[in-house]
Amino acid sequence: MSTVATWIALVVASAVVFALKLAGHLVPKHWLAEPRVARTAALVTVALLSALVAVQTATRGNELVLDARLPALVVAAIALALRAPFIVVVLLAAVTAAVLRALGMP
Amino acid sequence: MTQDAEGRAAIRQAVSVSLATGLYGVSFGALAVAAGLTVPQAMALSLLMFSGGSQFAFIGVVGAGGLAGAAIATAGLLGVRNGLYGPQVAPLIDARGWRRPLAAQLTIDESTAVATAHKAPHAAQLGFWWTGVGVFALWNLFTLVGAVAGDRMGDPARYGLDAAAAAAFLGLVWPRITGPGSRLAQTVAAGAVVVALALTPLVPAGIPVLLAAVVAIVAGLVARQREPVA
Repeated sequence: MSTVATWIALVVASAVVFALKLAGHLVPKHWLAEPRVARTAALVTVALLSALVAVQTATRGNELVLDARLPALVVAAIALALRAPFIVVVLLAAVTAAVLRALGMP
Repeated sequence: MTQDAEGRAAIRQAVSVSLATGLYGVSFGALAVAAGLTVPQAMALSLLMFSGGSQFAFIGVVGAGGLAGAAIATAGLLGVRNGLYGPQVAPLIDARGWRRPLAAQLTIDESTAVATAHKAPHAAQLGFWWTGVGVFALWNLFTLVGAVAGDRMGDPARYGLDAAAAAAFLGLVWPRITGPGSRLAQTVAAGAVVVALALTPLVPAGIPVLLAAVVAIVAGLVARQREPVA
């Protein structure tokens, strides 16, 4: 995307996200009381975030690739399992990938 | 607890949540620049969108070379959660007039969690506003710090920032796929990973992530189990 296209997408996406927040404050409570709605929304969040993990770890453009990002993600998962804070998890992943690349891994 | 003691407890909680959340604005700022956004764009996302999951998703799609429509749709779908918080938060804080859109913009995971953790209406209100304003201020401040630092670093892959982006998403989804009652969420997560990777060679960037959401919609509509999904 060009810088201008990114700006347009950014403003439109922000407006959509704000409209959703405002709608939540305005709609009658019972509209969203159906448990299936809340459950599906929670699962959509899980699916999108999981798909983003996969795409950020193992793809480049339209190709599947295995590189230093995968071992870095494993380190991040171990850190999360050990209840490390978010910022530490992110830093450990970056350091792992950086070190592996310095050693010659793609 | 007396009303004042509970109010003070809500404020203390708000401050610690704001610090912890605000701090990872550094990673958002750095990753936004690594994904190809400018520093003002990273700042604009934190000011205008102000929703961690949607912001990370937006830069994830942009960084992968996705189309504007895919970036907007992915960020929007991740923002649906905030819309569901509204009906929980609105009666607690009873915001009117100009405060209502302000409250809406500040309705995120953290402010909702702190507000709903307190029974006394006074404490719930203090918790919501202190957390919302606190996270907003620090998240934006640290986004700027991260974006400027990221901008000076050069090639993001050399510093492992691409791996850091994957780790950030893992950190965001982790609490939702671990712990009791998360088996359905785990199944959906695994299905979403398979769908996203399988479609990557076939469709334009950004679309595999969106189509992974279909897994969740199908699971949410057909699953019979009553277990709560965080």
